[in-house]
Amino acid sequence: MKNRRCSWNYFVPLLVLSLGSWLAWAQAASSAPQGGAKAAASNSTTSPGERAFQANCGRCHNPPEQLSPRITGTILRHMRVRALLSPQDERDILKFLAP
Amino acid sequence: MQLIRSAKIMLVIGACSMLFSGQGSWAQNVPIISGALGFLDSTNTGVNFFQPVAAPVVVAPLGKHFLAESRFDLRGFYSPKNGTSGPYQGTFVGSTQYLQLDYLASRRATFTVGRFLTPFGTYNERLTAIWIQKFQDAPLIFPIGTRTTGSSDGVMARGALLAKPAVHINYIGYFSASSSAAQFQAGRAAGYRFDFYFPSKRLEIGTSYGRFLQGTHNNSSGLHVWWQPSRFPLEVRSEYAHGPHAQGYWIENAYRLSQWRGPDSIIGRLEPVFRLQQTFRNTPGPGDGLPPANTTQLDFGLDYHLPHEVRLNGSYSRKLSSVGNANIWDVSLTYRFLFPMWRGHQ
Repeated sequence: MKNRRCSWNYFVPLLVLSLGSWLAWAQAASSAPQGGAKAAASNSTTSPGERAFQANCGRCHNPPEQLSPRITGTILRHMRVRALLSPQDERDILKFLAP
Repeated sequence: MQLIRSAKIMLVIGACSMLFSGQGSWAQNVPIISGALGFLDSTNTGVNFFQPVAAPVVVAPLGKHFLAESRFDLRGFYSPKNGTSGPYQGTFVGSTQYLQLDYLASRRATFTVGRFLTPFGTYNERLTAIWIQKFQDAPLIFPIGTRTTGSSDGVMARGALLAKPAVHINYIGYFSASSSAAQFQAGRAAGYRFDFYFPSKRLEIGTSYGRFLQGTHNNSSGLHVWWQPSRFPLEVRSEYAHGPHAQGYWIENAYRLSQWRGPDSIIGRLEPVFRLQQTFRNTPGPGDGLPPANTTQLDFGLDYHLPHEVRLNGSYSRKLSSVGNANIWDVSLTYRFLFPMWRGHQ
């Protein structure tokens, strides 16, 4: 019983890592030439920064109603740690928060 | 006393941040005080209690590569003296949820030392803030992988292995030492989390693993799936976790009615929420924080996003278990604040 529980604890992460890797590879391979254009077309009314905000920060919380420009850098750094922002997303969100 | 010491540490860090920021033209890097004030009321199987809460967050950049962050939770807990009747009596509880120093080494790696939220699953790191959580109560499986307090004292590395427009692969690894100091209680443990995030699909799939390294060593594993389509305001979050004595899952759906005349209309501020959760007990695990028997819980919530960062939440939960069914009614009002610690450079 113990061995079965133990193997289950290793099986779940391995299964998800395998599935995730396969999905990541498939997504990267299929969307390289088209994904950006398709995404841009479907979201043509929003800026890259707003899209990046919604795709990262906005997954947990709404944007703050008011934001002092003096603290946008601090917030971005905080979110870089919390939400593991990519460099491009960080730049785009900074433009969105402090145009 | 330990809480006051933690607050003093953050004040000293804030002062250091002011000195650092004076050396450059960092007009956007003024330290912030954020967080929320809340009033939570709950009635669980006829017993009413309420909690006034203050949850301040302090974030202070130190130079170009360091960031100090902390979150405290200060709350009173008031309930009837005789269980269901009599005058209310209360206690005050304060805790340091994180007090950490981050070193932003590169675009791919950030190293953290101090007290941090244990990165098992997604709920603990992302949804425990009272101004973010959709339901007042944490999921039933929350104790799996987050022993002993939900926070860890040690070191953590995190970052992005891959950050392409089509896919992000993120990693977190941590080690925590055992600590019994007040405000800094933690278990000796180690673990990791991997996330695969597809921004165009707004789909995230991830896995967590944790090994508890004190007393009886044991493993916990989990997986999470989040999907938040960009075309409509639906949020689907789910987690599964398997611990040494029990396993379970939760799936939460929220749909903000912002497509009805925009997010600031009377109807558009409404957000119905539903959560289904189940736990399955494999073996008795006294003190593990999980239900003692197989349990199914249905949570129905309605959140109303008022102007000025105020939010009103109400929910009803029906808990079904062989040791007794229960009705849980929750109401909460939260106000989220965010402002700079001082004026700073213009």
